[in-house]
Amino acid sequence: MSITTILQHSLTGISLGGAYGLIAIGYTLVYGILRLINFAHGDIFMMAGYFMIFSLASFPWPIAIVVTLLITVLMGIAIERVAYKPLRSSPRMSIMISAIGVSYLLQNLATYLFTAIPRGYPEIPLLKRIFRVGELSASLVTLLTPVLTIVLVVLLMILVNKTKTGMAMRAASKDFETAKLMGININRVITVTFAIGSLLAGIGSILYFTDRMSVTPFSGTLPGLKCFVAAVFGGIGNIPGAVIGGFFIGIVETLLVALGYSTFSDAFTFVLLIVMLLVKPTGLFGEKTMEKV
Amino acid sequence: MRRSRNTVLSVISAGVFLAILYMLNLNRAGNGMLISIMQKSAIFALVAVSMNLLNGFTGLFSLGQAGFMSIGAYTTAILLIPVQSLDGVYYMNGINPGIRALKVFLSALPPWFQSVYPFVALIIGALFAAVIASIVGVAVLRLKSDYLAIATLGLSEIIRALFSSPQLDGITNGSYGLNKIPAFPKMFGGLVPPIITPFIVSAVCITLIVLLIRSSYGRAFMAIREDEIAAEAMGISLFKHKSMSFIISSFFSALAGGMLAMYMRSIEAKTFSITLTYDILLIVVIGGIGSVTGSVLGAFLVTASKEWWLRFFDQPLELFGWDVPLFRTGFRMVIFSILLMMVVLIYRRGLMGTNEFSWDRIFGRFKWKRKKVQGGGS
Repeated sequence: MSITTILQHSLTGISLGGAYGLIAIGYTLVYGILRLINFAHGDIFMMAGYFMIFSLASFPWPIAIVVTLLITVLMGIAIERVAYKPLRSSPRMSIMISAIGVSYLLQNLATYLFTAIPRGYPEIPLLKRIFRVGELSASLVTLLTPVLTIVLVVLLMILVNKTKTGMAMRAASKDFETAKLMGININRVITVTFAIGSLLAGIGSILYFTDRMSVTPFSGTLPGLKCFVAAVFGGIGNIPGAVIGGFFIGIVETLLVALGYSTFSDAFTFVLLIVMLLVKPTGLFGEKTMEKV
Repeated sequence: MRRSRNTVLSVISAGVFLAILYMLNLNRAGNGMLISIMQKSAIFALVAVSMNLLNGFTGLFSLGQAGFMSIGAYTTAILLIPVQSLDGVYYMNGINPGIRALKVFLSALPPWFQSVYPFVALIIGALFAAVIASIVGVAVLRLKSDYLAIATLGLSEIIRALFSSPQLDGITNGSYGLNKIPAFPKMFGGLVPPIITPFIVSAVCITLIVLLIRSSYGRAFMAIREDEIAAEAMGISLFKHKSMSFIISSFFSALAGGMLAMYMRSIEAKTFSITLTYDILLIVVIGGIGSVTGSVLGAFLVTASKEWWLRFFDQPLELFGWDVPLFRTGFRMVIFSILLMMVVLIYRRGLMGTNEFSWDRIFGRFKWKRKKVQGGGS
């Protein structure tokens, strides 16, 4: 394999990893506070893909993006209100089953509303513009994804570390009960968490699907699980960790596909998960930084 | 007195059920759909009970059922595909010569062996899954609650990826899947016709699981579910019992997977995706987590409504010349998911909660009602 091909694949991998990182943040934030694997997160990401298809059909693209993100955020908040809030004091298994149920519901709803036939993802001409450096070529979205991911993570870190809301989030993730006693409106904190997670999933969805061209009701399942693995890999509750995990999984997966082991690219993620949980359950950065959002 | 009454009632209802099955067998052509739905329910009942053993009775939230089912299904299918159909099945990549030699050797064995061979194949598939579970269990069972769930889910995906990988083409036929799998065999030299076989196998397996749950091991499982630390303090070896529950659950899941292969006649790796595990989880949750009879009941209800009673949701419906909106393909599954969410959120115990079906309870309910009426009268 020539150096150009390797570079080309790495570029694709980094771009995929950026989208994974954005989704992984949603998992890591929710797990940090509720100790819940939000199985529905991958399906929120899938639904965002469909929202984009429909809003782009009726609005120019800048408005369409805003509309998509807004609907995605509202959906994330609504899911939390309806499916997770009533179970807050139940055993963790019930909440997890509820999350699986929501995921099942969203998939079936998408199959019903949009049929199981893959739908073409609309192209935003600006994002698809091709840049060439030597023999390398990349569309704007490939280059934009990692940059945007890093910018968003920095913004999120500022939000978490410097603002009052962020402080409330950190308190809630440290100790749910005590935070409540200290007068923190825990429901508001959880709503904010789900809003941020869904917003990032929406952005990730636009970046991911622009490169993939089609959406099916099941195209959220595997990316969702992979992003959860990314969050575990980076240390659950740790935002930069989740993004690094996302980049790592994205790059390795792309390279495996490039080497011809495409059937194993999904399996690799889960092998990574099992090995990671056994060797270092806290993840790469789980212990070092004590903050857990 | 009451005990003997209960036994008599149970025997009678089992007899009635068997009689219905034999009657269906007489008119197979007319009842094709009903028979096939009931067979599928029986198979799913076994998987649901085995999942319940792990999730409901031992408290290990595992989502790896589909993976173990696929191990059983593939092993059984490979062992059972007739030698003369092998070339037709593996038309793309050819079959591994070792497996062909084994199958040629097996097909030359005497007739008595051929009549039990399908069951041997089922058990070999199940044992294979049990061996894999015992190896994987060492690593995976150290994890707790949701991490265990995601790790077992990953495991089932790894198994699926392996089965559909081109490297195993000669054995699993890669992404083409396997077909021409023989249907259910008859049992006891024709005393039990083929269509009733899955019911008998499922019933025997579920009885074995119930016996296990009622034994001291079962009590240990439940102790672990209630409180791991307390159970350990009472001298229950956590690892031993957890891996035992995991291995046995995988064994029976794989056995049901083998039956599913016989039921569907053709399998591919896609059949055993995460959705299959979710479907089984749905049955367990609706039936009640921690109730064997709940799971069995749930399997029959869910399968029947999915394949039969709620079919009309998927057809366009016209009432008095008015096209009822919403009724079209996929609506049935939406209704199903909403039902599941309602069970999860509102009616959390499911059909049976952690109770088992018992005649005493049914009679008790009648008595209670009668008493209430009397109380109102005086």
